[in-house]
Amino acid sequence: MMRIGVFVCHCGENIGKTVDCPTVAKEAIKLPNVVYSIDYKYMCSDPGQNMIKQAIAEHKLNAVVVASCSPHMHEKTFRKACAQAGLNPYMCEIANVREHCSWVHDNVEEATKKAVDLIRMTVERIKFNFPLSEIKVPITKKALVIGGGISGIQAALDIAGAGFKVILVEKEPSIGGHMSQLSETFPTLDCSQCILTPRMVEAYQHPNIKLYTYSEVDNVDGFIGNFKVTIRKKARSVKENLCTGCGLCVQKCPIKKAPSEFDEGLANRPAIYVPFPQAVPNIPVIDRTVCTFFKTGKCQMCKKVCGRDAIDFEQKDELITEDVGAIIVATGYKLYKIDKKSKDAAVKGYGEYGYGKYKDVIDGLQFERIASASGPTAGEILRPSDKKQPKKVVFIQCVGSRDPSKGFEYCSKICCMYTAKHAMLYKHKVHDGEAYVFYMDIRAGGKGYDEFVRRAIEEDHVKYIRGRVSRVYEKKGKYIVKGEDTISGVPVEIEADMVVLATAIVAQPEAAKLAQTLGIPYDKYGFYAEVHPKLRPVESSSGGIFLAGACQSPRDIPESVAMASAAASKALVLFGNEMLEREPIVAKVNENTCVGCFYCKKVCAYNAIELKEIKDKKGNLVKVVASVNTGLCQGCGTCNATCPSKSIELIGFNDEQIFYQIKAL
Amino acid sequence: MSDSSFEPKIVAFVCNWCTYTGADLAGTSRMKYQSNVRMIRLPCTGRIDPMFIIKAFESGADGVLVSGCHPGDCHYTAGNYHARRRWILFRQLLKFVGIDESRVFFSWVSASEGKKWVDVINEVTDTVRSKGPFTNYQKLNKEFTING
Repeated sequence: MMRIGVFVCHCGENIGKTVDCPTVAKEAIKLPNVVYSIDYKYMCSDPGQNMIKQAIAEHKLNAVVVASCSPHMHEKTFRKACAQAGLNPYMCEIANVREHCSWVHDNVEEATKKAVDLIRMTVERIKFNFPLSEIKVPITKKALVIGGGISGIQAALDIAGAGFKVILVEKEPSIGGHMSQLSETFPTLDCSQCILTPRMVEAYQHPNIKLYTYSEVDNVDGFIGNFKVTIRKKARSVKENLCTGCGLCVQKCPIKKAPSEFDEGLANRPAIYVPFPQAVPNIPVIDRTVCTFFKTGKCQMCKKVCGRDAIDFEQKDELITEDVGAIIVATGYKLYKIDKKSKDAAVKGYGEYGYGKYKDVIDGLQFERIASASGPTAGEILRPSDKKQPKKVVFIQCVGSRDPSKGFEYCSKICCMYTAKHAMLYKHKVHDGEAYVFYMDIRAGGKGYDEFVRRAIEEDHVKYIRGRVSRVYEKKGKYIVKGEDTISGVPVEIEADMVVLATAIVAQPEAAKLAQTLGIPYDKYGFYAEVHPKLRPVESSSGGIFLAGACQSPRDIPESVAMASAAASKALVLFGNEMLEREPIVAKVNENTCVGCFYCKKVCAYNAIELKEIKDKKGNLVKVVASVNTGLCQGCGTCNATCPSKSIELIGFNDEQIFYQIKAL
Repeated sequence: MSDSSFEPKIVAFVCNWCTYTGADLAGTSRMKYQSNVRMIRLPCTGRIDPMFIIKAFESGADGVLVSGCHPGDCHYTAGNYHARRRWILFRQLLKFVGIDESRVFFSWVSASEGKKWVDVINEVTDTVRSKGPFTNYQKLNKEFTING
C-alpha cells in the first residue's frame, strides 16, 4: 500500500504569508494514503531535509510530496534527500505552492485552498509513480564554441587548456569579433588590439583548437554529451591550405570600393580582402557580391597574380559534421543601426538625429574606427565628410536604449562607459577641442568605472549635460544639436562639428534562428535566456548548451570574459565525468498491445523509435513492434499522445499519472 | 447563466520548458493573477492527449487552457507543432462531445513572458466566469474511468 508523506514548506514568509501552512498540513493528512504530514519553516534547510529523512524511516513512507517552491528550484534537493533516506528519488514529487500560488495571489483563503488542491493533485499523481533509475550515456569530450569574439576565444582557450578538443566556429573571415574593432578599452585605456591579437593567435595555434572561420552552424542534433553538429564552411574562393597570406591578390584586385565591414563603412576594401591586418587566419576571402569575375565572368586578376594557385572560383560551401559533448554560444551583439527603410529595424528610428543623412553623425563603433590606430584615419580624429579635425563633438547616449516609446526598454549597459572613453580619447587627441555628452543617468557600476567617468569630467573637462536631444540638423557646415539641460532647466543648443550616437546594443539578426537550431530559449529582443538569472547565469535550459558574452544581454569585455570562463568550466564539469546520468523520463513500449503502426516513429523528432521483431520459439516472425532507443529519446511524450492503441507511455508522465492528477481537481 | 458568486475552475496543461517556467517567472516577479487556475505540468504540449481536456471537463473544469512554447521555439524541436495540429482536429470534435469550443483556450507563453502568462490567466478566468459553470457533463460523470 502506498504510504505518502506530505511536507509543507513555509519558505520563511514567502509561502507562509499567503498560504496557511499548518492548515494545509492538517488538510493533507485527511487525503487517502497520506499517513504523515507536517509543515516547517524551511523544508530545504538541513533540519527540514532531516525531517523528511526521519519521517521516511519512522512512518515507512514510500512516497513523498513536498509542497514548496518550483520543481525547477528544489526538486533535485528533495529527491536527493529521499535517496539518502533509502527512498527512490523518483518517488518524490513537488507541489509548486510558491511561484504558482503564494507569490501570485494575495487572498489567504484562496491561496490556502489552491495549495490544498495542488497537493491533492500531486498525491493522486504520485500513487502511479514507480521507482526509476538514471540512464547512463557516454559523453563526447569535445566542445563546440559558436562565435570567435573575445568570449568565444576565451571559452575555447580555457577548454583547450584543460586538455579537451574544441571546435571554434566564426561566421566572419577572421576571429576577433567586435573587440578587434575597438581602439582602446575602458577603464584602463588598454589598446584593444594589443591585448586581443595575442589571444587570437594563441587560439589559432593551439593544438586542441580546430578553427572554422567564414563558417556557420547549420544544424544541431542530439543532446547533452552527444551532439551532432553540421557546420557550413562557406566558399571562401581561396584554398586555405595553399594560401600563404602574401596579400598580392588583395593589392592587385581592381575593385577598390567595396565598403569595409571592419571599418564600419568609413573605408573601402577590395573584392578579395582580409578584414584587417592582424586577421586570424590571414587568408583572404572573395566577396562574390562585388567581384567582377562573379558578376561578368572576366578579370581573374587575383588568380593570375597568385603564385600558389590558391584562388578557387569554383569552391562551394562545404558541410562538415562534428560530434561534440557541449556547446558554448558566444555569438555577441550588433549595434542598432538607425535605418528607416529597413524592414528589420525593431525600433521606429531616430531620424531626427540625422544618422545616415549627415556623414558626420556616426555611431559608437564608427568612432572607435576613427580613433583606432589601424582605422581609416590612422587614429587621427577627423570627421568623415571633409577629413577635417572636429573642434566640437557632441556625444548622445541612450539612442534606442531605455526608451520604450521608440527603442528598447533595456539599458545597453556599456554606452555610459564607452562614451566617457570616446570623449576622453577625443580630448587626448584634440587638446583644444570641446566634448559634450548628453546623458540620462551615468551608469558606471564596475571596478574603476565611476573613477573613469570622473576623470573624463574633472581632468579632461568633458562637459556632461543631463538631458535628451530633440534633434540634430545642419546649418552652414555645422550640426546644430538641440537639447535640454534638465538640471538647470534650460534649452541647450550646440554647434557641433561631429555627433556620435551611442546606439543600443541589439541581438544578432540571426539570433532567433540559431536559438531554434540549438533549441534554446530567447527573450523578445533575441537575447538568449539563462536558466536562472542569479544561480545559473551561463547555462541555457537545454542541457550541455552554455552562454557567454553579449548574446545573453549587453555585456562589457570583463563580464564577457568572466562569462566565457564560467561557461567553459561548466563544459569541463561535464567532461570530468565518464558517463552522464540522465533523467529516466523516456518512452516505453508495451509490446503486447503495439500493433506496429509506427505513428510514434513519424512524430518522433529524435529518431528514437526503432523497429523490433518479435519471434516465436521456432524463430518465426510474429510481428514487428516499436522499440525506444533510450539514448536518443528526450522524453517529450509526443508519441504517447499520438499512439492510437495507447501502447507507448512516457515514463514519469504516463496516462494514469496525468488522469489521476486531473481527477483530483 | 452568469452567477455573481460563481468561481470557475480552470485547468492549464502547460509544457515544462516555456509556459511552466514563464509562470515561475510571474511568481518570482511577484505579479498577481486570479487564483482559479490549476496547472498540470507536462514535458511538452506534444504530450497533451485530447483526452486530458475531456477528462478535465469531466472532473469539473469550467475552462481548459493549453499553453506551450511559441512555434519554432519548442524545446523538443516540434512537439508544439504536433499539439497545434492535434488541436485543429480536436476542435471539430468538441461540439460533438458536448463541449463549448470557447471554453478551451490555446496560447503560447515563453519562459520570459511572465507578464503574458498573467494576462492570459486573467483573460481566460474572466471569460469562463462570464460563461458560467460547465454543466453538460455533470449528469454523465457518475464514475471516473481512465479508459479512453
